[in-house]
Amino acid sequence: MSPRNAARIAYLILIYGFLYLPILVLIVYSFNDAKYSLEWRGMTWAWYRNLFDDPDLLRAALNSVLIAALSATVATGIGALAAVALYRYEFFGKPLLQSLIFVLMMTPDIVMGIALLILFASLSLPLGFWTLLLAHITFNIPFVVVTVSSRISGFDRHLLEAAQDLGATEFQTVRRIVLPLLMPAVAAGWLLSFTLSMDDVMVSFFVTGPTFEILPLRIYSMVRLGVTPEINALCTIMLGVTLILILIAQLLLREKT
Amino acid sequence: MRRKAQGHPVPMRIREPFKLLAVGAIYFWLTAFALLPNLLVVIASVLERGSDEFVAFAFTLDSYRRLLDPLYLGVLLDSLGLAAATTALCLLLGYPFAYLLTRMPVRWRPVLLLLVIIPFWTSSLVRTYAMVILLQTNGWLNQILLGLGLIAEPLELLYTEPAVIAGMLYALLPFMILPLYAALEKLDRRLIEAARDLGAGWITIFRRIILPLTLPGVVAGCMLTFLPGLGMFYVADLLGGAKTMLVGNLIRDQFLSARDWPFGAAASVLLTGLMGLLLWAYYLSSRRAGRGALP
Repeated sequence: MSPRNAARIAYLILIYGFLYLPILVLIVYSFNDAKYSLEWRGMTWAWYRNLFDDPDLLRAALNSVLIAALSATVATGIGALAAVALYRYEFFGKPLLQSLIFVLMMTPDIVMGIALLILFASLSLPLGFWTLLLAHITFNIPFVVVTVSSRISGFDRHLLEAAQDLGATEFQTVRRIVLPLLMPAVAAGWLLSFTLSMDDVMVSFFVTGPTFEILPLRIYSMVRLGVTPEINALCTIMLGVTLILILIAQLLLREKT
Repeated sequence: MRRKAQGHPVPMRIREPFKLLAVGAIYFWLTAFALLPNLLVVIASVLERGSDEFVAFAFTLDSYRRLLDPLYLGVLLDSLGLAAATTALCLLLGYPFAYLLTRMPVRWRPVLLLLVIIPFWTSSLVRTYAMVILLQTNGWLNQILLGLGLIAEPLELLYTEPAVIAGMLYALLPFMILPLYAALEKLDRRLIEAARDLGAGWITIFRRIILPLTLPGVVAGCMLTFLPGLGMFYVADLLGGAKTMLVGNLIRDQFLSARDWPFGAAASVLLTGLMGLLLWAYYLSSRRAGRGALP
């Protein structure tokens, strides 16, 4: 290997190290059998067991999964339809809609959080399950549109024309041809939405109330009090779940049409 | 009724219900939950603070004037400085990294890219917390520095501005790398070879070819790091303690403790304005890069 290549690889390793080292330390310490020490005192599952003995925590986790699954499902429905519409049709305000989706994706979370808070307050909606669900659907939609659109752009238009020549209605064309071809991207969009929703702190912070606690906000309030092995364990679980979903989503997207 | 140029003579009528559903759903959602809320923020920002309601319905520009109050202006400038430093570091570290990724053997690239995508999607709160563990007084970094004999006693790394920058850098670096990679991957290598054949040095090639053509990626990356860098209040809370305040902390406090919604809304309008500027820069740079590219 030439010295130049060695330097390049060393730089890559350095950045990957920066990205992964803190996470690895966190994961390793979630198994360390010592409450305050940095020294390795052997492997334990104790911190994980403690998590499962905490009913409030379990409830928050269930709430998070519920919101993530529901918001991902609705957002995938609306987002996939929107991607199909943007590909298939010309309609009034199409460029405006496209830029709105782009802007929504770029909007800082805090801006979206307070905008939705002000909306819900002016509608006098009590903050909790419903407001949280509406907010999560909103920030998930653009990611589904982008994921599905990137797949659609590689589409063979002739398939659709053939279907219509054979007398298929628009609904039949979409259901029998467009959707099956899009299925991997739709599934990937759902998975990515699910992880976004599971991990969101900023928007949720503003739009949920004390009656409906979710996992990231619970973690946030725990973390503010300091580092404990239980939080290490909880964060490791969160990382693990995200990792699995991302890997599946990436596999689905990689598969060629 | 319009028909697409290459469309087949299928009666448009049967298309209508499905089209109406697909277009209507997204239109409704974005109007109700994106346009309307942001309009309400702008309205709230020019209203007076209410005593029992959150806002009182009287027009005033007072909230914007208060953003220029030395106290808040200081927070604003500090926060802009931190976000700018983070963005600059992300760009400095991310650009060569993204470039090297595009020069790696094709069979390795998917895996290497996946290793950037994974942190992109993982919770930035969890990753910020990982940074806390690393920087604690009795944490890893201090142990390593002590072990190497570089320092005599543990440093106070947490609750400093560098800690906040490190945390934001850690949370946001993938958001810089991915758009840069996308832009660099599209770069036509033949342009570089042609320039080299014509005798251009590396600096000229970078300045005249690579940078202008990847500028949209640079602007997109800066937007994705700079704006969150202003807003991520939990990074400031966990790594900066009470000493560091970002625009995000300021806005949050107006809505949660100070109960001054018009002021919080005005600060948020300011962020939206910054986003508008960056989006405009993105639009300009992609138009320029598009014009410069080979057909």
